[in-house]
Amino acid sequence: MALDKTEGEAGGGHKGAPFALAFGGGGIGSPFLRGLWRYTPIFLLALLWEGATRLGLVSHLTLPPLDRVFAAWWGLFSSGDLIRNAAVSLSRTAAGLALAVLCGTLLGVFMASSKWVRTTFDPLVQAIYPMPKSALIPILVLWLGFGSASKIVLIFLGCMLPVTLSAFNGARGTEEVLVWSGRSLGASKARVLLEIVLPSALPEILSGIRIALAFAFVLLVASELIAARAGLGYMIGWLGDGGVYDAMFAVVLTVALLGFAADRAFLLLMRRFLRWRG
Amino acid sequence: MAAAIKTRSIEAFGGGERGQAGAAPERTEIAIRGVGHTYRPARGRPVKALETISLEVKEREFVALLGPSGCGKSTLLYLIGGFLPVEEGKILIDGQPVAGPGPDRGIVFQHFALFPWKTVLKNVVYGLEKKGVAREERVRRAREFIDLVGLSGFEDSYPSQLSGGMKQRAAIARTLAIDPAILLMDEPFGSLDAQTRSLMQSELLRIWQRSRKTVVFVTHDVQEAVYLAERIVVMSARPGRVKEILSVGLDRNDPGLLRSRPFAEMVDHVWSLVRSEAIRAERGGGT
Repeated sequence: MALDKTEGEAGGGHKGAPFALAFGGGGIGSPFLRGLWRYTPIFLLALLWEGATRLGLVSHLTLPPLDRVFAAWWGLFSSGDLIRNAAVSLSRTAAGLALAVLCGTLLGVFMASSKWVRTTFDPLVQAIYPMPKSALIPILVLWLGFGSASKIVLIFLGCMLPVTLSAFNGARGTEEVLVWSGRSLGASKARVLLEIVLPSALPEILSGIRIALAFAFVLLVASELIAARAGLGYMIGWLGDGGVYDAMFAVVLTVALLGFAADRAFLLLMRRFLRWRG
Repeated sequence: MAAAIKTRSIEAFGGGERGQAGAAPERTEIAIRGVGHTYRPARGRPVKALETISLEVKEREFVALLGPSGCGKSTLLYLIGGFLPVEEGKILIDGQPVAGPGPDRGIVFQHFALFPWKTVLKNVVYGLEKKGVAREERVRRAREFIDLVGLSGFEDSYPSQLSGGMKQRAAIARTLAIDPAILLMDEPFGSLDAQTRSLMQSELLRIWQRSRKTVVFVTHDVQEAVYLAERIVVMSARPGRVKEILSVGLDRNDPGLLRSRPFAEMVDHVWSLVRSEAIRAERGGGT
């Protein structure tokens, strides 16, 4: 009996790369080394960056050398500016995303299970889904001010619909026999929704949240760039206006790294939640 | 895998309330009166699946619904289970009309319908939890039924880690654990390989002989129906009607039964009844 099947497809797109296959097949190196190996193209890009700027191929005003960016990063880090603003940004992202996950999941599952809810909300979802949420930034700032509230609401609005749609599709895809089994084992309709429809929609809900997570960072930086008094996006705008390009690049790289780390962490969480899928 | 059903005391089957008195007068447990059913798909024409079905199932009886695919036998089972609304005719369980699913009618589906995110143990515990059985007691009972179907050692496995036969054992344990008076089985062994299927058939028979539940067993396999059931309801191709009801009356404890002449004759006879319907179904049904 195959008690230990291989991991699912969640691993990402690099699996088919021939060099990765060759490396993995040879059985050399720890998983950590193999992990590093996968990101070789990024190291190459960094080398190219450093080389091009050192050799004077690119003006330092356009692209500061990487080592200066690192030095600026260290400066921002040790002064506490980076951490303070990152904390503001991350708490905004977390709050907006958490609200979106909660409301989106509830709405999606209820839309799937009740015709009444579906007919009420479907036109709204259809209309709002394709709208670029960044267009709302000035309005939200007008209503809620320059502080965190406008950012949290924007992230909430932008992230809720992908979660809603995935929860809706996941819940609709629940196998009828699972619902019937639950009912004939004595579960009430409400219990079936909570204990059977929700977990069986979980894989789709989690992929929806992963998409929402990426949206969250986009909306965070956009809104902080346009109108804010704190946050990483605010720092990028402020440093850029002041012409401190090496520091600006340092913050941009930090945002990229945070987004990447959040996605990886979420993937790990997702695999943990979906261990039951052999 | 081949672990046979263990010899156990009757208590293990939770037969408490219903007892085991074989001599009790035969009571009608399921009464089906003039039941019809029409599927109305979102697109396309409505399809008449069942027409004026009347049938009575006695308490502790093992009845097989036999017919070609698409004859509505599963639909009839779902109507008894309360999963589909009874729109034409009446279905009474112990004299009460069916109003939705309930734990008095346990069901086993062809594709197991285990909760894939729960381990075997938690699958079996689920129904006991709904019944309000205390925590320790429900784990104890769940383990007993897992043992009964020969799945000991796999309590903490997820369904995705089990073979088809093991999944069906788990599903049967889950259903038996809540001690339903009626066991509805929808081609439960239809997706298993031949060896596992015949193993499961004899184990089901042993379980039934001990627990004596009322069983309605849907199948399109003539041998299976003759081997398992006391009565066989042969259904016609769509729209499903009762074509004939046969009493089997073979001694199922005879180890040579499957090779015996009466068994072969019975299978032949039933097959001759089903054959013409299967041909009609193959050609696109009656209407």
